[in-house]
Amino acid sequence: MTDSLAPTGLDPITLAVIQSGLQQVCNEMDVAFSRAAFSPVISETYDRSDGIYHRDDGALIAQGEDGLPVFVGTMQDCTGAVIARAGGRVAPGDVFIVNDPYLGGTHLMDVKFVKPFFYKDELFCWLANTGHWPDIGGAVPGGFSASATESEQEGLRLPPVKLYKSGVLDEEILSIILSNIRIADQRIGDIKAQAAALTVGERRLTQMLDRYGRDTVDGAITELRARAEQQMRAKIAPIPDGVYESTAIVDSDGVVDAPLTIALTMTKRGEALVFDFSRSSPPCDGPMNSVIATTKSSVYLALKHIFPDVPINAGTFAPLHVEPPEGTFLYAHYPRPVSGCAAEVSQRIAEAVFAAMTTALPDQLFAAPAGTSGNFSLGGLDPKTGRPFVCYLISGGGYGGHPGGDGLSNGCSTIGISKTTPIEVVEQRYPILYEEYALREGSGGAGESRGGFGVRYKVRLRRGRARASFVMDHGRVGPQGALGGADGACNTVSVERGGETYTPLHLSKEQGIPITEGDAITVETPGGGGYGDPAKRSETLKARDLVRGYYTPAQLKGWS
Amino acid sequence: MNGTSERKAGAGTRLVGVDVGGTFTDLILLDPSVPGGLKLAKVPTTTDNQAGGVLAALAAAGVDLATLDQIVHGTTTTTNALLERKVARVGLITTKGFRDVLELGRRTRPTSYGMTGSFEPLISREFRLEVAERVDADGEVLTPLDEDGVRSAVADLRARGCEAIVVHYLHSYANPSHERRTVELTREIWPEVDVTAGSAILSEFREYERGTTAAVNAAVQPVLRRYLARLTEALAERGYGRELLVMQGNGGVIAAPLAHEKAVNTVMSGPASGVMAAATVGARSGFPNVITYDMGGTSSDVALIRDGTPSIHAELDLEYGMPIHVPMVDVHTIGAGGGSIARVDEAGLLRVGPESAGASPGPICYGRGGTEPTITDANLVLGRLDPNALLAVDAPVTLADVEAIIRDRIGTPLGLSVEEAAAAILRIGNDKMAGAIRMVSLSRGHDPRDFALFAFGGAGPLHATSLAAELSIPTVVIPARPGITNAIGCVVADLRHDYVNTVNAPLPDLDMSQVHALLAEQEAEGRRVIAGEAVEVDEVVCRRSVDMQFLGQSHILSVAIENATPSRGDLAALFQSAYWARFAVDLPEIRPVVVNLHTAVLGRRKPVPIAAFAGTAERAADVAGAVESRRRAWFPQTGWVETPVLARDRLPPEVGFQGPAIISQFDATTVIEPGQTARTDFHGNLLVDVALM
Repeated sequence: MTDSLAPTGLDPITLAVIQSGLQQVCNEMDVAFSRAAFSPVISETYDRSDGIYHRDDGALIAQGEDGLPVFVGTMQDCTGAVIARAGGRVAPGDVFIVNDPYLGGTHLMDVKFVKPFFYKDELFCWLANTGHWPDIGGAVPGGFSASATESEQEGLRLPPVKLYKSGVLDEEILSIILSNIRIADQRIGDIKAQAAALTVGERRLTQMLDRYGRDTVDGAITELRARAEQQMRAKIAPIPDGVYESTAIVDSDGVVDAPLTIALTMTKRGEALVFDFSRSSPPCDGPMNSVIATTKSSVYLALKHIFPDVPINAGTFAPLHVEPPEGTFLYAHYPRPVSGCAAEVSQRIAEAVFAAMTTALPDQLFAAPAGTSGNFSLGGLDPKTGRPFVCYLISGGGYGGHPGGDGLSNGCSTIGISKTTPIEVVEQRYPILYEEYALREGSGGAGESRGGFGVRYKVRLRRGRARASFVMDHGRVGPQGALGGADGACNTVSVERGGETYTPLHLSKEQGIPITEGDAITVETPGGGGYGDPAKRSETLKARDLVRGYYTPAQLKGWS
Repeated sequence: MNGTSERKAGAGTRLVGVDVGGTFTDLILLDPSVPGGLKLAKVPTTTDNQAGGVLAALAAAGVDLATLDQIVHGTTTTTNALLERKVARVGLITTKGFRDVLELGRRTRPTSYGMTGSFEPLISREFRLEVAERVDADGEVLTPLDEDGVRSAVADLRARGCEAIVVHYLHSYANPSHERRTVELTREIWPEVDVTAGSAILSEFREYERGTTAAVNAAVQPVLRRYLARLTEALAERGYGRELLVMQGNGGVIAAPLAHEKAVNTVMSGPASGVMAAATVGARSGFPNVITYDMGGTSSDVALIRDGTPSIHAELDLEYGMPIHVPMVDVHTIGAGGGSIARVDEAGLLRVGPESAGASPGPICYGRGGTEPTITDANLVLGRLDPNALLAVDAPVTLADVEAIIRDRIGTPLGLSVEEAAAAILRIGNDKMAGAIRMVSLSRGHDPRDFALFAFGGAGPLHATSLAAELSIPTVVIPARPGITNAIGCVVADLRHDYVNTVNAPLPDLDMSQVHALLAEQEAEGRRVIAGEAVEVDEVVCRRSVDMQFLGQSHILSVAIENATPSRGDLAALFQSAYWARFAVDLPEIRPVVVNLHTAVLGRRKPVPIAAFAGTAERAADVAGAVESRRRAWFPQTGWVETPVLARDRLPPEVGFQGPAIISQFDATTVIEPGQTARTDFHGNLLVDVALM
């Protein structure tokens, strides 16, 4: 029935079937990768993504639905860079490895595998995936540097090189990699899982091409791209034409204690949106610079949060024009350090987009979410096992209130979908003990719909010595309220050391704070912004929140 | 001894399986003394107290309760209570500093995209209290239990009107002594309260999942106990003198008086019983490897059965933020059913679901005010469902009404005729369901082509043959009574009790004698419970498995073991081969870890001959004799074609026929597509050979 179809004039049914087929290939790669991965960051927190990319330029064809949101736009740029670098010298079974942030990347920990896919001896497309490795060398265990001033301090930077050549793992490249990262002995598990996921994609895509024919699938890919663009334009069209401005503040770059400003001018005209960040702060000394791929991706993922039902391929992004913000910290070039861009700056960019869109579509948006990944890493040597460890905790915060109700508490980062590691697992693996893991009362911004709550946790080092590093944000100003709602509470960090309390100089960022047995660290994550005038909040909900201890009577008094 | 065996049930042959579904309560009576050997009943479910529907079904089938040997009951009481949050008020006693664990969850959001989700924990914050105590990951006590704190917490929760209490301490899987002592103290001062210790329900690490599972148990415990007490009493009043058995989510049954202790085990028992029926009927009909497909109004359930045994898992998320980690039949729910709505999106592409018209307003053709075209409407327009059945609905709509909506909403925008539009809805709907089935099987390491598709539920047989073709599954099995399969599952299920203990040690360091001791204890506990149930069993058998992972991993792989005394080498070899089978990755570099030990103890009930489900009523001499009518049906390959409608109950065994054909019966409609061949077997099944693409 289907094999008689001509390559042109695809019927809408076949088109829909091929669209879901391509999506399915990616979903299967996602599942294969996370199920077999070693690192809990990939298997448990889904910090990974798999997709299919165009043979000529790496343009996105389809991406797994459970991939990490921040990878929506970056992997096509990275694949494009690999294609340019490879210059056609590729063979079946080759797999490039690359993590260079300046070549369509994020931070060094996000390691991409990029593989040419051949159908009947001819290059048809590229398959690629990204996985967040738990360590990539550099000054800080885990890679989230708060104070790096050049790329080299952040870890091992891999240009596109063939890790597999015609299906054979290059042991020499592997040994270079493994000699430059921490906890190297477990990485082979992730490498094999990451490569195996691409093999799964190859197998399924071959079946699909066998069934529908190369030309039909090729035609469908082109048509689907045009239709995704059409769909995104239809979403944009109802926004009133005009210029919308917003700002978002990054606490500091980790090196110089001064805020960085993201200033967005969003222009809506016809069926397109133009995002101009040129008024933002200049490039910074510390690792809060963003590479352009991440800046663009942050805009895309923010729009996807606003219009979740739009499918993602290169066409989706066509009506979204991000003017290259040259001369700002949102367009970093080598050797500017960038380790904070994927986890933190990306979320401030999204916050700026949300804020601009709230003005444009006041009844459809939401106040700002906590918007920090809350990275806290602790590296040391466990005297009980005699082995080094890197414990790597992320935390959520409150989401913003919205027209439908209050914000979610302890939601994951805007750019992530990851789960936290259970307390019991952390305590099994690392020499730390939690003393508290609690909802942070009062942290949700006041509003007709209040913000969700952040988290307060306290951990104590049980033995030995370790160094604590923090890459968080929203320590200086809280997540923005919307339409009269109050901002959510700021992030706080305090280190209890030898009986004294120490606050990191940059509030939410500092690297390598030495602690010893018995010292403790307390983190409070931001609450979400409030939505609408707090005076309009229902008395019933205020009474409920009081009974639950979410707010004190004094706090609620201020709402009317 | 004599007294005991008289009291025990199961030896006789008069059996009732009664299953409560969302819309209907289904009953099957197996009784050699009635004509045809069986009776079926389908009555409306009584939502508030399901016992009403159960009693009505018993009455409708004319069951003589005094002479009945066994009633096995599948109830959705606990599942519904959770989904509708009509649960008991539960209080939590937990480790100081951690009362919000159940509210904070694992820092997720309901969907990958969209920032407006919401979540309410089962236990509201004012009913969550803390006491001083702390155990570390090795099970070592760091802070002793504050017993006075426990006493005052219990008094406080009692004063606040709680009906049940959950005790949930960190690392209680490693050392349950504080939880046990807290339960003792609670019972001392408040003997009649239902109290659930997290470690007693689930002795596994992960505090959110264990705590939520325990909270689920406590929340439904009073609800289930009240329900079963009422039902048991009503049955006794009507002369039933045997033990009532209740279906569990693990696919086994338990005596009603014990069921509420681990009430959480009855969650999702409906889908589990359907899978048990499929496993039994499939295995005895020569199809030990099947994928089950149960299509309902808003969703469809899919499960994998290998070697006649359904896979079991302990990672159910009943809904967002509600993990239930007790062993259950691994049933995967797909958000597509007969009520899934079709629409053309902004890109000009046809979408089916995830929006559903549900049961109300339901598809257009239900006449309850539905105005969105659904999969069921498409089946009707194409003649796959009987248009005359429209007369039976609440407020009849005409076929022309349904056609007009499909033409306007789907046909015209896509440039398709009404028939093509309806067929496109089915095509896209089937494609989506096939994709989901493929993901379910592949993510568990299986290729769907190695299975038969076992279709049931009211709508499963309507779609199964198309789905099978899409998935390259060669054979579809439609059992004798597809619309009451869950009730049949009740009749065939065994007594079953599951036990899980966390070990969490690298294999090379593992104390194997401890492993053997734990496995032996699990078996002994199961045998003890079964001995206490007033049910006759043929034999007690154990199924054991070990959850393993490589050091540094966070997810686990369950590996079946043959006996209770595996050697270290056995476990290493089994894990390696299972890991290879699932992931095609070999990792000799890394040490395996044994995480959990699991024993399922089964009390085998006397087997029911599966041909009994087809009944012994008179059959036609040949296929032609079973034709009850003909109607126009539309297929993509043929367009409109006059299609014979065969009466399932009249089809003789061991005959074959060609599609297109429609098979109609009391509880379901089956469509055989053009080009497909169907035959009946001796067990009452209809087998369809699918022409593969």
